[in-house]
Amino acid sequence: MSKDLREQFANAAEAGRAAFVPYVTGGFPDHATCQELVLALDGLGSEVIEVGIPFSDPLADGPIIQASSHQALMAGATPANVLDSVASIAGKVQAALVVMTYINPVLAMGCQEFARRAADAGVSGVIIPDIPPEEAGEWLAACDQHGLAPVFMAAPGTPPERLQRIMQAGKGFLYYVSMDGVTGSDLELGRERLAAMQKVRAASSLPVAVGFGVATPAQAAALAPVADGVVVGSALVRRVQEADGPAEAVRSMSELAGQLRGALKR
Amino acid sequence: MSSSQASSPGPLPDAKGHFGPYGGRFVPENLMPALEELAAAYATALEDPSFSAELAGLLEHYAGRPTPLYEAANLSRALGGGRIFLKREDLTHTGAHKINNALGQVLLARRMGKKRIIAETGAGQHGVATATTAALMGLECLVYMGTLDMERQALNVTRMEMLGAKVEPVTSGSCSLKDATTQAIRDWVSNVRDTHYIIGSVVGPHPYPRLVRDFQAVIGREARAQLLEREGRLPNAAVACVGAGSNAIGLFHPLLDDPVDLIGVEAAGYGLDSGEHSASLTAGKPGVLHGAALYLLQDPHGQIIEAYSMAAGLDYPGVGPEHSHLKDIERVTYATVDDKAAVRAFMDLTRLEGIIPALESAHALAHLKELAPQYGKDDIILVCLSGRGDKDVSQVTAYLEKQK
Repeated sequence: MSKDLREQFANAAEAGRAAFVPYVTGGFPDHATCQELVLALDGLGSEVIEVGIPFSDPLADGPIIQASSHQALMAGATPANVLDSVASIAGKVQAALVVMTYINPVLAMGCQEFARRAADAGVSGVIIPDIPPEEAGEWLAACDQHGLAPVFMAAPGTPPERLQRIMQAGKGFLYYVSMDGVTGSDLELGRERLAAMQKVRAASSLPVAVGFGVATPAQAAALAPVADGVVVGSALVRRVQEADGPAEAVRSMSELAGQLRGALKR
Repeated sequence: MSSSQASSPGPLPDAKGHFGPYGGRFVPENLMPALEELAAAYATALEDPSFSAELAGLLEHYAGRPTPLYEAANLSRALGGGRIFLKREDLTHTGAHKINNALGQVLLARRMGKKRIIAETGAGQHGVATATTAALMGLECLVYMGTLDMERQALNVTRMEMLGAKVEPVTSGSCSLKDATTQAIRDWVSNVRDTHYIIGSVVGPHPYPRLVRDFQAVIGREARAQLLEREGRLPNAAVACVGAGSNAIGLFHPLLDDPVDLIGVEAAGYGLDSGEHSASLTAGKPGVLHGAALYLLQDPHGQIIEAYSMAAGLDYPGVGPEHSHLKDIERVTYATVDDKAAVRAFMDLTRLEGIIPALESAHALAHLKELAPQYGKDDIILVCLSGRGDKDVSQVTAYLEKQK
């Protein structure tokens, strides 16, 4: 059921676009609506869809995803039921599904068990912002055994030799954090920043998806030439938070997602 | 005195910051270069005699070290059993052991050329210590503090503001120390190039647990030397309260290789059965919080459970990686004391010795009721009186009123 992540990026490139990688918080505002959001994003032609497994103390996330995570947890979301929810729609989804979470919920379930359940749910890769490659031995082995791609992050301050180590440990794609900041921060795309991204992409053996702070079609358009994919999270989650009811949430989020995807044409 | 070498940085942590299976670096990638920079700056500083000389000078002339070692004869008599000696960290400038670490780290921040200091605080003692050192060095300072803690430690909020720091209220989660720490780490992720994060305890990603331990080890080094000089012998037992664990590791570390019973006291809050406590070692499980692997309070799905203690400096849901390791290898025993017993010990020390202890330190004192009678009348029990209780008097008064 799981898709080859590299192939998803290659397909987008062939169509003259950067891949669209939207994010939804699993179990937010509830499991059923979250499934509809994923299906809507898939219908819009997303190449990869990230589903967040909420954690109580998300260090890399800004206020929007913190709030959606908190609300999902209050509504009873757990790693197990988010994965079950993903599993029940994975067969209908054309995009590759990726899970984003933090290391403690993974350790609580056990690396092996988490990887097995994620793979069984049709997930292709897992992003864990708070586990660098040097701490990931057990996790890497579990991913390897279950055919999951461990996706690592690089940041603007990552030195070149460290970048090489990160790319060697990772599979699927490299998640490049656009700036020093948490998700949903203001992102300025000056020439220097774009040049730095281009340099990372040139050095990378994996497709490079850029995320954090991407909120507008103009930003997506600016990133399309320098990235293999563009991740959008907080801006979409905000549409869901501000919507009055599930139907409006799907409509409002899809509206922005459509504009963002349209802007990724090179 | 030859074995006092035990207090110099020992074999743990290893090069990657591991204490057995604990510690390490579990942080967003943006912070990795800053942690490398900090580890390198600390390694260079250790080689530089001018660094240790400047720190020693500040500890002596600014913070008021060495702190006295006081034999609490009235308390010892009242409890029966061993002779109780108090290591008076409450008598340092700013009133708690937190200044030892804040001074060390602010000197490192200056060496690294950082212009801005951030910190988290629970009881406010670390926030006050950090704001104090930032004022001394002329650095901008921002302290994250949960709104619950701002309420119960209003005096310390005023002190920090007077010292020129900005106190940023944190309203997420339990509105206390865990959430303030999470918010401080997010700030650091966003401002990592010009900002140094002064963590207040032996938690966080490597090199923090080692750094903070080394700066706090002055407590145990001094107490050990003072006892040897005055009594010609080592203590039979050493006791300290454990929230995240900085004063305890500071007391214990120089005694690890000695034949001394080491006892850490966690906060049982309303009682271990109530589920509202901060006893991460006694009732928690290993996991990862705020950048390190350690014992923590978590639900079966790995979500962090909010800790509770009447003592704002103890209600943190994790305990430092070195304590986690020392528990597993059974070098240190960890006990618990609830709110009620802590308040009783707070009042006992105040009335018997004329010393008002911090509520945090009162947890260590409360455990003596059980511990002291287990020792002979010539045995020595060393207790870290980690801070003074001025900040707690209105909270204790209100608590006692309610009990009437």
